[in-house]
Amino acid sequence: MPAAVWDVMLRKQLRHGAARFHIDVRFSSGARRVVLHGPSGSGKTQTLRLIAGIDRADEARVAVSGRVLCDSARRIALSPQQRRLGCVFQDYALFPHLSVRQNIAFATQRGWFNPPRRAAQEQVDRWIESFHLEAVAAHYPHQLSGGQRQRTALARALVAEPTALLLDEPFAALDKPLRERLRAELLALQTALDLPMLLITHDEDDVRALAQQVITLDAGRVVTPASVPAHQAA
Amino acid sequence: MEAAWVALSLTLKVAGLATALNLVLGVAVGHAMAHRRFPGRDLLDALLTLPMVMPPTVLGYYLLVLIGSRGPLGAWLLEHFGVRLIFTWQAAVIAAAVVSFPLVFKAARAAFETVEPQLEDAARTLGIGEWALFCRVSLPLAWRGILAGLLLSFARAMGEFGATLMVAGSIAGKTQTLSIAVYEAVQAGQDDTANFLVAVTSIVCIAVLLGAGRLLPGRVAARA
Repeated sequence: MPAAVWDVMLRKQLRHGAARFHIDVRFSSGARRVVLHGPSGSGKTQTLRLIAGIDRADEARVAVSGRVLCDSARRIALSPQQRRLGCVFQDYALFPHLSVRQNIAFATQRGWFNPPRRAAQEQVDRWIESFHLEAVAAHYPHQLSGGQRQRTALARALVAEPTALLLDEPFAALDKPLRERLRAELLALQTALDLPMLLITHDEDDVRALAQQVITLDAGRVVTPASVPAHQAA
Repeated sequence: MEAAWVALSLTLKVAGLATALNLVLGVAVGHAMAHRRFPGRDLLDALLTLPMVMPPTVLGYYLLVLIGSRGPLGAWLLEHFGVRLIFTWQAAVIAAAVVSFPLVFKAARAAFETVEPQLEDAARTLGIGEWALFCRVSLPLAWRGILAGLLLSFARAMGEFGATLMVAGSIAGKTQTLSIAVYEAVQAGQDDTANFLVAVTSIVCIAVLLGAGRLLPGRVAARA
């Protein structure tokens, strides 16, 4: 049996005033495209934030393709910067003060300054081209259509050369015909890059189009068996 | 009139340095208060805002107790560095900075709180460190609000009277700022000097407020 691509165990107690919510998510999967599915309020986004290292779990073990990102038993917890996971947030979280090109080039500069407005960088140009963003490269996020925003967010994540992609409801902000087209684009991209991908959604159509394995969450817990036969993971 | 220009340049120097001090302290404290949650945060916020509501003379008295030759800080400075702060223009800078600090701090805190936390999360997942993301994401997005606060703080520091008089006194050409010079001129019956000083002060204050008005959040919305 091949090593699991996703190996996730997360526990966290959340408090919102008097209300409590318990995240207790465990799954292990050999599939490269996993869809985390569940109704809103089931803890999907929280799970993604814990995997990305944005929030700290009470207890966690996360490994992606055998690379351990955190393991509370061994006192390992990489920072989000060290995890090298490409994240696409639900409303894309593009930097409003930076142009499309600067957004995409963001991770190429590690220093205290943002990338200059017109800098030709090969890898940035390549992503701008492959996502058909040449015409809007100098535009700012508020001038973009929903689809262009999503592509910019994807390109921005990919320029950082992540070891896996995490996507939070990447199609929720788009209308239906566009959604179908972008699903196909994402599928083609993931296949071409062969990058492990974890996508969270409440939309059944996303599950049908993209999942090699579905993990259903409800009230902070996994409700389907989490292992997948090895042959399905190819 | 010569004396008026001296007072004006001293006032600009004092207000400028006080504002520069507040730029560093106000932005640092405003950022920390916007992002960190800790017990006693509301109390600390109230304490830091106190200079805005307290009578300047009361504040001046506190400062006198602190930095006067027999005060804990004043005695220490005198003993170790031979520095006597009281009745110097540096004391006027401290007084002006303390009085106008809440204006920068409040503006900075509010400005940092409007920055979407998710943008900072996104920068982190892109491998950008905490200092770099402060310079590249948080500060550029909060900058206009902070600048508006700085201009108000500059105007407030320029007009500072009570606390300055208590700790720096009114030594002509040395610690006598515009607002104190106005008072002295009126007391001495020098109406021409008073008129001139008042006109200069009014013009500078109006210019600063116009500048601040251009930077208020309403203008930013067009870009967001």
